[in-house]
Amino acid sequence: MKKILLALSLCLGLATVLVADNPIQLNAAGATFPYPMYSKWFDEYHKIHPEIQINYQSIGSGGGIRQVLAKTVDFGASDGPMTDDQLKQAGFPILHFPTVLGADVPSYNVPGAPDGLKFTQKALAGIFLGTITKWNDPEIANANPGARLPGDDIIVIHRSDGSGTTYIWTDFLSKISSDWANKVGKGTSVNWPVGLGGKGNEGVSGLIKQTPDSIGYIELIYAIQNNIPYGQVQNAAGTFVQATLSGVSEAAAGAAKNMPDDFRVSITNAPGKTAYPISSFTWLLIPAQIQDAQKRDIIKGFLKWMLTDGQGYCEGLAYGKLPAPVVTKELKAISLIQ
Amino acid sequence: MGATSTTAGPAGVGWHPQALLRRLRSGDAIAHTVTLIFAATILLITVLLVFQLWVHSGPSRAKFGWNFLRTSTWDPVFDNYGALAFLYGTVVTTLVSLTIAIPLGLGAAIFLAELAPPKLSAGLSYVIDLLAAVPSVIYGLLAVFTLVPLMSKTVEPFLKHKFGFLPIFKGPAYGVGFLTAGLVLSVMITPYIVSVSREVLLSVPADQREAALSLGATRWETTWKVVVPYARSGIMGSVFLSMARALGETMAVTMVIGNTPQISASLFSSGYTIAAVIANEFTEATGDLYLSALIELGLVLFLLTFILNGIAQLMLMASESRGGGGQRG
Repeated sequence: MKKILLALSLCLGLATVLVADNPIQLNAAGATFPYPMYSKWFDEYHKIHPEIQINYQSIGSGGGIRQVLAKTVDFGASDGPMTDDQLKQAGFPILHFPTVLGADVPSYNVPGAPDGLKFTQKALAGIFLGTITKWNDPEIANANPGARLPGDDIIVIHRSDGSGTTYIWTDFLSKISSDWANKVGKGTSVNWPVGLGGKGNEGVSGLIKQTPDSIGYIELIYAIQNNIPYGQVQNAAGTFVQATLSGVSEAAAGAAKNMPDDFRVSITNAPGKTAYPISSFTWLLIPAQIQDAQKRDIIKGFLKWMLTDGQGYCEGLAYGKLPAPVVTKELKAISLIQ
Repeated sequence: MGATSTTAGPAGVGWHPQALLRRLRSGDAIAHTVTLIFAATILLITVLLVFQLWVHSGPSRAKFGWNFLRTSTWDPVFDNYGALAFLYGTVVTTLVSLTIAIPLGLGAAIFLAELAPPKLSAGLSYVIDLLAAVPSVIYGLLAVFTLVPLMSKTVEPFLKHKFGFLPIFKGPAYGVGFLTAGLVLSVMITPYIVSVSREVLLSVPADQREAALSLGATRWETTWKVVVPYARSGIMGSVFLSMARALGETMAVTMVIGNTPQISASLFSSGYTIAAVIANEFTEATGDLYLSALIELGLVLFLLTFILNGIAQLMLMASESRGGGGQRG
């Protein structure tokens, strides 16, 4: 047994030496939400450039930002853009590069109610603030004529772990309700006025499944992959939209017109008749000055590939593609890395 | 248990090379030094741990002071942190789990050690040891899919119907909350109590039992009045171990407790524990104050464990000084 193991490890060692002499390793860390996409990208890129290997640790956005600040990784990733304070604290310029799009959808379990319930912006804010407490509240009932809604108490379910999903959801609620913005605010974790917490998308959807009269939010990708039905949300133009990957990209395209040069932009409640209102970019955080010329070229090369060929892998993994104007703008921004 | 005090060398030997060599040859000195280093390492790790927690919780301690322990708001957006609700949740779930696990575990241990046929005892003990090795996320998943619906549809409505006059059984039954978390914990810690207690009971000398039986005691009287008191300190040891596990359990608890930082007398209510909130929020904690508040929670959990262990030790000492059973070395 030992001999076999020894032989195997020898072969493996030999193989790595032969295939890629001195592969260059880059380390990155951060957000968990785009992790399946990133690992696919880094894997595909490694196939094209066998000499380059990028390790990505999905330790969470907070950890990603901290590690970039501490310079323990070559670049980071985050679901929420860094704040002005954090950028100032860095002491060196950090660039944001949007990579893919994600969205949150409302999922509910109301016995007797149909799939695809319509939620007005007021209804969602009221439910999560705890001011709308019954399923047959006029704010919900009027938007869903004909739907049978019980007079039972609404049970709100939210994420308990810090998460980009929560960031997108609370960012949306902050935009549509000043009460929410003042009392609760936006963040990866917030002080929820009402409700129960579930860990991860699976925790939230599990609780929803088991709790009659409950409502919660989950990632669009998770809902699509697990065939979980979800409700429609009223967008800024006043129409009710069922989230789709193309609707998410559309929201991003609408926002692209006013895209700031540092790409730190929220696209929740974006304008556009078919734009889905609860979506967001996720970002790579890249230091603007990289001393090591070799690493700098690799990062630039990867960014270029990710923005062009790489985007082709998005929809296979149920991530929203970047809209074309954003890609053009980002390709220009690559030259800022020096 | 059964710690024989290591004989330290006589003080006045002096440092003659021959004497040193003699002592080394006998092996005692080497054993003494090596074990001392190991023991010191454990102490050092603990001290370093507390030191690190203390240092990194600095910003939070400076800002909130004792209010950290007196308030129960936890608001990462407006940077306002209080640990009381988490403390409450940790203590309540641990108490619920111990209330269930101690009688259950001790009863099972007594059966296995004293009453069961040896073959059955060995088989059952093997299964119980296996239970202790099940990862906590498995317990959590099982609880989410089977225990939570059972609690919300059957157990909690029943308790509310029969004992609803008690404040601990009031309010809506979601199926997730203190009671469910405590139940899951009790299942997780019972194997520790059974396994350790059984070993301790088995190591009670046979002559203790024979003496009691020869004085006319029944089998049960012998077990309950002689064997169990004799093994008391070992049994308490198993309780300490399981209490520590319950205090620090993360995964299984966060899956069934509802994760809302609130203080409620009702066991049906959802809550939160210290270990669960740290695991949930640490990865995405971006602000310095936020991070240091989470680290201070770690410090609080450490102190809580320390204090509860201390109380348990005191109870043990008090019960021993009251006399009764024999003393183990």
